[in-house]
Order: sequence, then structure tokens, then C-alpha cells
Amino acid sequence: MAVKEIRGSRTWLLLLLAWAVALISTLGALFIGEIMGQAPCVLCWFQRAFMFPLAIVLGIAALRSDADIWRYALPLSLAGGLIAAYHTLQYFEIIPAPIVQCGVGPSCGGAGMTILGGVPLPLLALGSFAAIALLLLLLRKRVQS
Amino acid sequence: MSKRAIVILTAIAAISIFAVAGFLYDRDRTATPSPAQVQTPVQPPSQIVRPQPQAQPQPQASVIAPASGPFVRAHSPVMGPPNAKVTIAEFFDPACESCRAFYPIVKQIMAAFPNDVRLVIRYTPLHKGSDEAVRILEAARLQNRFEPVIETLLAMQPNWASHGAPNLEKAWQAAAIAGLDLARARVDAAKPEITEILRQDLADFKTVNGRGTPTFFVNEKPLPSFGAQQLYDMVRDEIIRVSGTK
Repeated sequence: MAVKEIRGSRTWLLLLLAWAVALISTLGALFIGEIMGQAPCVLCWFQRAFMFPLAIVLGIAALRSDADIWRYALPLSLAGGLIAAYHTLQYFEIIPAPIVQCGVGPSCGGAGMTILGGVPLPLLALGSFAAIALLLLLLRKRVQS
Repeated sequence: MSKRAIVILTAIAAISIFAVAGFLYDRDRTATPSPAQVQTPVQPPSQIVRPQPQAQPQPQASVIAPASGPFVRAHSPVMGPPNAKVTIAEFFDPACESCRAFYPIVKQIMAAFPNDVRLVIRYTPLHKGSDEAVRILEAARLQNRFEPVIETLLAMQPNWASHGAPNLEKAWQAAAIAGLDLARARVDAAKPEITEILRQDLADFKTVNGRGTPTFFVNEKPLPSFGAQQLYDMVRDEIIRVSGTK
């Protein structure tokens, strides 16, 4: 079955941008985890589970100019965004975090959850998921009209 | 440039930047130790090779009173009625946020059963610097100020117990606010008896297969799973069980 192609390079640019955000977020997460050696906490893992596939499928969609990509990628970005929002609320202690034992796995809160001198990682992740979702919504609007 | 070429070049560029950044970061880190290294999480004690029970030297009788087992030692601080029928043994780290969060919960449980529960504190300083905080607590015990000092240290924990760079001087100052005579306490804190208590408690933590702090045992039995409700339920059931058989 032929792919429903994106017409117009401005629409395609939205897809490229969404993919770029996913790619930067994925490589950033890998950098913090594998090179800086900051082990991801449980909530981080769930966010990774939704961000990593976005970096792949959005890239393939950009290659093929696939106009239907938002159907697959938007649910991924919304699910990841929900977890990032929950994590962010926990980070700022707006909702209580469950007490976990010290020394058993990395904590989902505290100073270990920041980068570049204090930017909270859950907030960064929330921003990435929100940006991808927004770009995909704009794309949807353009390909459907 | 075609769309296809843009996508492929972007992917190659992103991966190259990642590789170069990784290389530069590693080179930088080997040159000067970065905070990221200091912050590496505490080794889970389960990974440390457990000493064989036979190889474990018994504490010197001259230093420590006869031990009653890996859950409760004669040297351990006790809160609540000393002869209570239910004993909560808590493997406790003064620098651990979860121990701080659990302190009021344990207090509530003890208040709910004022005649039946005692708390035995076992020192498990897994965080950097928290062994010195334990020494402050032991020095406070000698001055009969254990409870006010432990409560103040926990209340002020965010000030002194940063995991990357703990500031124990702030912990001493907090203990002074709680009424500790610092001049005396600093001398007491260096005593070899405390070193022996720390050694024994950490050895017991491994013996009981403790993984993190706090780890609770109710009459030597572990919690079914970690949590405040589980601790409460187990204490209540244990009181009923012990009262029933008597």
C-alpha cells in the first residue's frame, strides 16, 4: 500500500523538527545515563520507553514523508508526556512521592535529577514530549485540511 | 537537497556529535574527577560478598556487652518501653531521606501502641559522611540527648546531608541547637567503642540481607514489602499474636 505522502516542505519541516527533538532527547538521555553514569530511576525508564521509539519512527516517517505518522507518534508522545508530567509534579513536591529505600536503585527525586547546574530532568522531558505532541498536532491539521 | 538527504545527514550529524561529546566528556573526567563520579549511587550491599558466618570475628567482649543476635544488639539505642513485647529493628541511616520520612511514621506507630512497641536503632551509614552523623548520635546518647539530637539531625537533614558533598559541620551545629555539649561530644565521638558499634551494625545489616535504608524487622521478621502501612499492619498483628499466646 502506498504511503500517503506529505505535500509541501513546511509541513514536512514540522515532522523533521519533531524528529530532531526526539533524537536530541534520546541521545541526551543516553549521554546522561551511559556516559555521565547517572542511572535512570523507574519513572525515567518509563519515559525512555516512549521517547526512544519516537526517535526511530519519526525518522523513518521523515524519510518517507509519511502523512499518517501522527496516528502512531502522537499517542506515544502523549503517554510519555503524562509520565513526565507526573514525574515533574513529584519533583516539585506538588504530589507526594512514594518513599523508597535509600541504596536500592536511584531515587526519582533530589539533586541527581538535575543537569546543567539545576535544570530538572523531568521538566526537560515534559518539554520534549509536549513539543513533539504540538508539532504532530500541527502536522495533523495540515495534512487533514 | 532532497528530504531524504536531510534526514540521513541529520542522523549522522546527531550520532557524530554524541560520539564526540562522549569522547570529550570521558577525557575531561579522567583529567579531573567530576561531581558525577562522586555522585555514583551507593553500591547495593547485596553485591558485596557476604562474609561467611564462621569467618566473622565475634565482637571483643571487653568492648561490647554480649550480643543478642543480628537484629538487636546490647549496644543499640532503644526508644519506647525497654521490655515491650514487640521490637521494631530499624536499620537506619541519618543521611537517608527515606529514614527521615519514616521517622514520624514509626513514632506514630509507637504512639498507637504505647506499652507494646520498642524501637531499636541499628546504624547503617550507607551515605557519604553519615558515619560521622552516627558518631554525633552516639555522643548525644552519652549526654542523654539522643532523642532531641536525632530529631534535629533529621529535621535539618537537607542542610547537611547533600549526597554529593555532605557538610557535617552543619550537622554538629544542628546537634548543638538540640542541646549537645559540643566540646565533650567531639571527644566522645572519636571513641573506638563507636567504631566497633558501626562495624557490628554494618556486619549485621549484611547478615540479615539488608538492601537499603530503612530496613525494618518486626520481632526479627522482615516486612512483606516496603511501606508504612505494611509496617503498621505487621506491628499490630504481632501484638495480637504475642498477646494471644501468653
